[in-house]
Amino acid sequence: MKTKNLRNDVLELLQRNARMSDQEIADRLRSTPAAIKALIAEMQKDGTILGFSTLVREDGKSGTGKVKAIIEVAVQPERDAGYDRIARAIGNFPEVRTVYLVSGKSDFQLEVVGDSLQEVAEFVAAKLSPLDGVRSTATYFLLKKFKEAGFALTEEEKHERLKVVP
Amino acid sequence: MSVSKLSRNHKKIQPRGRVAEHIRGLPKSGIRDFFELVNTMDDVISLGIGEPDFVTPWSIREAAIYALQKGFTSYTSNLGMLSLRKAVCRYVDDEYGAKYDPVTECIITVGVSEALDLILRAILEPGDEVIYQEPSYVSYPASIVMALAKPVPVATYEKDKFALDPKRLEAAITPKTKALLLNFPNNPTGANISLAQKREIAKIAVKHDLVVLTDEIYSELTYGKMEPTIASLPGMRERTVFLHGFSKAFAMTGFRIGYACGPHELIDAMMKIHQYSMLCASSVGQSAAIAALQDGRGEMLKMKKEYMQRRNVIVKRLNEMGLTCVMPEGAFYAFPNITSTGISSKEFCTRLLQEKRVAVVPGTAFGPSGEGYVRCAYAAGMDEIETAMTRMAEFVQELKSGKKKAK
Ligand SMILES: Cc1ncc(COP(=O)(O)O)c(C=O)c1O
Repeated sequence: MKTKNLRNDVLELLQRNARMSDQEIADRLRSTPAAIKALIAEMQKDGTILGFSTLVREDGKSGTGKVKAIIEVAVQPERDAGYDRIARAIGNFPEVRTVYLVSGKSDFQLEVVGDSLQEVAEFVAAKLSPLDGVRSTATYFLLKKFKEAGFALTEEEKHERLKVVP
Repeated sequence: MSVSKLSRNHKKIQPRGRVAEHIRGLPKSGIRDFFELVNTMDDVISLGIGEPDFVTPWSIREAAIYALQKGFTSYTSNLGMLSLRKAVCRYVDDEYGAKYDPVTECIITVGVSEALDLILRAILEPGDEVIYQEPSYVSYPASIVMALAKPVPVATYEKDKFALDPKRLEAAITPKTKALLLNFPNNPTGANISLAQKREIAKIAVKHDLVVLTDEIYSELTYGKMEPTIASLPGMRERTVFLHGFSKAFAMTGFRIGYACGPHELIDAMMKIHQYSMLCASSVGQSAAIAALQDGRGEMLKMKKEYMQRRNVIVKRLNEMGLTCVMPEGAFYAFPNITSTGISSKEFCTRLLQEKRVAVVPGTAFGPSGEGYVRCAYAAGMDEIETAMTRMAEFVQELKSGKKKAK
């Protein structure tokens, strides 16, 4: 029970800041850096932690200028493989960053990244739509991000507290 | 008569001492002085702030906006909105194990501050004594004096983890002692007391027929086990007023909503003062408070978790720099012992501010027994805490090596 709580606490902190040091995590949770290091390694090994990535403000100065689209895909599930084979087939394209099976009108929801609008449109027309089992697609280009992965991308005016209060 | 003549006459008859004697004698809060000093400086990292650094959770703010949109801006019942009182009484029962009737035993106030003022004025007569633990929240002795009674501090000590020692408590009781004012988890020490310790104090209160005022404003921010309130113990219900509010755990200091639950006789007396002096607490604030109880719990627990992790970090850093510090069991304050540096709390804080631009509050602001300690509030971001601790460690290091050289 205790290690399970520790695992969850470590995951929570890493999801907020993947660069938090073993030392800081240990200090926050009254553990030791060695124990935290071992726990993270264990979670990478057992597949709990898939990896660490960096959130980049793409419209910003140092942004990558990449274009992102949400694509809904309706498919024909297969008799013995259900959605699995086709999900793999879609996910194998490097342009596809996420593949979710979702409830609602369509079956899959994808996140696709490309260098330009044309490139993403090309991908949909030439690679995604012709796939076996794909019945239809709907593409939504992202125009502006307001919040991503829990981080607000628009600055709110900060309110200053008094410097000393009882 | 000409204007100049009038004013000259006026000067002549100007009475001295318009301010009442008991107010003239009231010291300005020690925190206040310090605040003035801090405000003259830039680039200060403040661990002097006794309020959450979190903004009120959005769902609560949104409820307040909705109340405004609906035009809910009038007076409420003197006691506060019945729906809020019902929610409060349910919450107090669920969380603290004490049952109160929302119609007759609960009043919504302008923060715990007003609730405390009301109950003190309701029960005290000139000459009465009120015992309170020290170091204590800065308002206690002043509030007791303003109610024309005598504050009687009972010191608490680091060796007892700043719990109230029943023997010392009993020794301070006189025939004039009317009430005992408790605050656990405590500002400024972060101390909490166990159920067993509450039982001992309760026994003494019953034996000497004291009214017990329990300020549980930090109660959700308890890092060990949550235990029932002293108000729920045998013989206590009829003599205890449970004071609580939304300022700390729900990060709602500016909304100014608190409450008191207690026996009808006392709540009714408080209500009389409140209806003439305050009418009611802000209606927008009350709407926000209902939202806090309805769906603020998740956000509250997240904040609590973050406070607890900051506590772990700040206490470790304080110990690493060679200051002993009791592990706080609640609230968001660490109260390290700085006597090893060889200087007073006040000098420590003033020099730390001037030399390193870090604000912490001298223990003496919370009563003379706070000498030798400083209060570091960890209601600040982790980065600020880390930077403040690094600077404070340098300061302590310099003090200690300077002392050696001087020998
Ligand atoms: C122990 C204690 N009681 C009461 C208060 C005031 O609370 P409120 O905002 O509910 O008036 C504070 C605020 O710092 C406090 O520390």
